[in-house]
Amino acid sequence: MVYQISVFLENRAGQLAEITTALANNGVDMRAISIAETADYGILRMIVDDAQKATATLMDHGFLLSMTPVLVVAVSDKPGGISPVLDTLAEGNIDIEYMYSLFTHAEGKAYIVFRVGETEKFIELLATHGITPTTAEELGIH
Amino acid sequence: MENYYQKEIETASREQISAWQNERLVKQVQHVWDNVPYYRQKMEEKGLTPADIQSVDDLKKLPFLTKDDLREAYPYGLLGKPLSECVRIQSTSGTTGKRVVAFYTQHDIDLWEDCCARAIVAAGGTKEDVVHVAYGYGLFTGGPGLNGGSHKVGCLTLPLSSGNTDRQLQFMTDLGSTILCCTPSYAAYLAESIHERGLRDQIKLKAGIFGAEAWSENMRKEIEAGLGIKAYDIYGLTETSGPGVAYECSAQTGMHINEDHFIAEIIDPDTGEVLPEGSKGELVFTAITKQAFPLLRYRTKDICILTREPCSCGRTHVKMSKPMGRSDDMLIIKGVNVFPSQIEQVLLEQGYPANYQIVVDRVNHSDTLEVMVEMTPENFSDSLAKVTSMEKKLVDALKSMLGIYAKVRLVAPKTITRSEGKAVRIIDKRKI
Repeated sequence: MVYQISVFLENRAGQLAEITTALANNGVDMRAISIAETADYGILRMIVDDAQKATATLMDHGFLLSMTPVLVVAVSDKPGGISPVLDTLAEGNIDIEYMYSLFTHAEGKAYIVFRVGETEKFIELLATHGITPTTAEELGIH
Repeated sequence: MENYYQKEIETASREQISAWQNERLVKQVQHVWDNVPYYRQKMEEKGLTPADIQSVDDLKKLPFLTKDDLREAYPYGLLGKPLSECVRIQSTSGTTGKRVVAFYTQHDIDLWEDCCARAIVAAGGTKEDVVHVAYGYGLFTGGPGLNGGSHKVGCLTLPLSSGNTDRQLQFMTDLGSTILCCTPSYAAYLAESIHERGLRDQIKLKAGIFGAEAWSENMRKEIEAGLGIKAYDIYGLTETSGPGVAYECSAQTGMHINEDHFIAEIIDPDTGEVLPEGSKGELVFTAITKQAFPLLRYRTKDICILTREPCSCGRTHVKMSKPMGRSDDMLIIKGVNVFPSQIEQVLLEQGYPANYQIVVDRVNHSDTLEVMVEMTPENFSDSLAKVTSMEKKLVDALKSMLGIYAKVRLVAPKTITRSEGKAVRIIDKRKI
């Protein structure tokens, strides 16, 4: 499991810059970032190399956060590489709440972050297809 | 030439009006004493009996009633007649969610409709007119009041109720409405719609009777120019029957209070002391003819000025200025009474902090209500669906409490200014 940090964003210019600057100043490396938004507010979701330092920094700046375990799955970085994973989800009739990708690439692999309805079932089904989720250690984050 | 609905009453001498008021007040106090234990107890607490009230001069001895009393006595505690003699209720929202329910006997309905009829005639209405009532019908008093008044005058009455602008304009053009009754903001909106659709030369409106919310002289000019009419103000509240307690005449310099039915006082809202004529203070009404809901010394919380200077229209009843504000924190939004305490209650129930801000504005002549609410760790999650469904639940709860839509704006924690003293809860941007 990898921990994702979610941050409440008001619809206000400069909010995101405030977050990235604060993290940069504290040496936190962002590995993935995604934003879900409505007309009035948004949720920033991110994976960082040091979740503890990142949360402490953002809380110091008064941001509202939540931590969520998410699954990171490595897929072949080629056309159709993600298909086996999505087929697995379809096979198990598992809902995807959201997904996004890491900036990190390695050995012809891309990393996809999944938040699904039934995480345990997803892991089991992936195993039957010989796929193991990527760990935090493998990504060099904690 | 000025027309009157009940000339001998509307133009009665001050002596005559005083005589009516003295006689009716004494009778009403006895009626309340005999039939409303809730108020009788209030009188007893002050050591009063009906014998202490011999004339209007003694009115100041009587205890006040407020919306809190209405809440405490809800629903039947202030009833002055058996339910078997009541024929109608009307209602309005009250503090902390409890509604104000007012009862009427047929006699009460008649006198209320008489008051509305006076307003329609004062606005130039005759039985030749087509009165277009675009106030809401139902529990709200606006529609039923003007509807009844229009019947009394003998006008053809179009009970359109509020909303559905296409239908409003269709009836207005096809049936030749001549007097429009609605909220001033809706009148301004209709004026705009008429212009947009190029219908100006197809409407026959000559006058409008607008109330249930605050409006300025500038807005009056705008509506008058936009619709090519004279625009008259009307005042009332459910507690005292509804619209028609006071209404404007051709002079358009204040609203005549129907003093044969209501005694008006101006008090200092802090001390309760009666202030001399011409002073600015809180308006207090005593209903001296109503049977089913006979409120004595009811504090309206509206701040205004009374004047008995002779009026060019010939009416002799006292005039009140437009309400200049409130002595409590009640907001009137789209004609609906909204108390910040109601919003606070909903927020707490839904698990949000009571630190909030209400922003009221007027966009395209229509009131908007926005509630800024601080997000909490408990209500926040990584799932947009969860957060938006929490938000929707809050919007629904506010709608059910207030009766009108309030836009919720979720903001980050601790971003709403906290002040040392009284929190700034309300930002009213309406230029009234």
